[in-house]
Amino acid sequence: MDSNKLGHHISEQFNKELEDIRNKVLIMGGLLEQQIDLAVQAFTTGNIEIAEVVIKQDNQVDEMEMAIDQECTEILARRQPTAFDLRLLMSVIKIVHELERVGDKAKRVSEMAIQLGGGNGKVTYYEIEHMAELVKSMLHDALDAFARLDLANLSQITERDENVDREYDNILRQLITRMMEDPRHITRALDVLWTVRALERIGDHACYICEHLIYIVKGEDVRHSTQHQLEEKINH
Amino acid sequence: MTAQEVRTHGVDMNTLFQQHYGSEENNEISIRVENLNLYYGDNQALHNVTMDIVKKKVTAYIGPSGCGKSTLLRCINRMNDLVDNVTIDGKILLDNENIYDKSVNVAALRRRVGMVFQKPNPFPKSIFENVAYGLRIQGINDKRILAETVENALRGAALWDEMKDRLNDNALGMSGGQQQRLVIARAIAIEPEILLLDEPASALDPISTLKIEELINELKEKYTIVIVTHNMQQAARVSDYTAFMYLGELIEMGSTSELFTNPTKKQTEDYITGRYG
Repeated sequence: MDSNKLGHHISEQFNKELEDIRNKVLIMGGLLEQQIDLAVQAFTTGNIEIAEVVIKQDNQVDEMEMAIDQECTEILARRQPTAFDLRLLMSVIKIVHELERVGDKAKRVSEMAIQLGGGNGKVTYYEIEHMAELVKSMLHDALDAFARLDLANLSQITERDENVDREYDNILRQLITRMMEDPRHITRALDVLWTVRALERIGDHACYICEHLIYIVKGEDVRHSTQHQLEEKINH
Repeated sequence: MTAQEVRTHGVDMNTLFQQHYGSEENNEISIRVENLNLYYGDNQALHNVTMDIVKKKVTAYIGPSGCGKSTLLRCINRMNDLVDNVTIDGKILLDNENIYDKSVNVAALRRRVGMVFQKPNPFPKSIFENVAYGLRIQGINDKRILAETVENALRGAALWDEMKDRLNDNALGMSGGQQQRLVIARAIAIEPEILLLDEPASALDPISTLKIEELINELKEKYTIVIVTHNMQQAARVSDYTAFMYLGELIEMGSTSELFTNPTKKQTEDYITGRYG
């Protein structure tokens, strides 16, 4: 399945419109990868300025979501697309929603960075950085697959979410231990937990993007499937 | 039970779920086309077409000009018999009886299978006489029966309220959209089982088109409908099943929702998304 699927319409203008939508989604995705980077950096280094940049830029993410939604609505109204084109537009509307949620998570991490004011004990830093790397690469690869409309790597991406969940459970256990050791740590530990939770959710959104992508390419709705079912449907 | 009533009175959610998400499917076959080939002289216009048409559903034929969709439609009431130099082999079964059997009475067949064309073709007679025509040629002249049938047919074609005070006016004075609905009333006055519509709305403005589409939706309660249309969105709006034809072959046929969201053949996809293959 080549990304050329966007083209070959008799209407050259329609080709351009779809191409434009894809580019906008990818730009939005790029911005979000950057947002995650900055948010995690702000959290692990306690740099409040960076955190504020992330929070400010989240408005831009929201605006992109609305702009792409609007453009999809206009194309639906004007061109009454069918088949692949229809699935693409319907899914783009959902994908940008996932991306917007990713943006909210990055913002959340930044807010926690500010709240913790830097000095949040160092037990979980390494794990958090590692987890951020995992989810960021998932999002990156999901967007890559979207750019190429290629399903080849999708099952690997969703499989990686299991590592993220494991990592999340590890950190959760550590935090619980700390809270039991000393109740004065509870507030702080909970703040760290919200952060980790936000990162874990980014992984989920990357998986949802993969599911939408399968719908675009295959026309099969694979939401709420297990990893096994998903692999079967990709290879079907 | 409306959603509003549910919220105010509370009902069994399972029942409601079944009503709104469950599916009841009637798949009784009305017409079965089997290995149909049609030649205009040496030129083969239909290639081995096989399809089932479901009773009391709307089936749409789509495809580029010259793909054979009108030809196939006209086979269903043997309109092609009137064209010189046509040879047909294969079968079209209507209630398990091949309509191309020698024993078949073509006039009787056409009473069962009504047809409406692209351009409305009312007779230069009164509105009443247009609708009553089919009965009169069957020798029915009883005033009461005629009046009742005409009223029912006009109601069925959503024309009664507009026309009930003008029944004696000449039909040619009606608008194009009204004329087309009149022709549909004329077709359903003789109570056919099947209605064939050959681009019934392509000469009409958007509002009249919507009225015809609305009418089609009402008519499928009683009739099996087959419609040929150049307007893909129209096929998507009105039909339950869609058949895509190309160069005289049936490429793909399926439920309209499936065919327009996830067609299985590349040729279908290219056509409905407006791509060159």
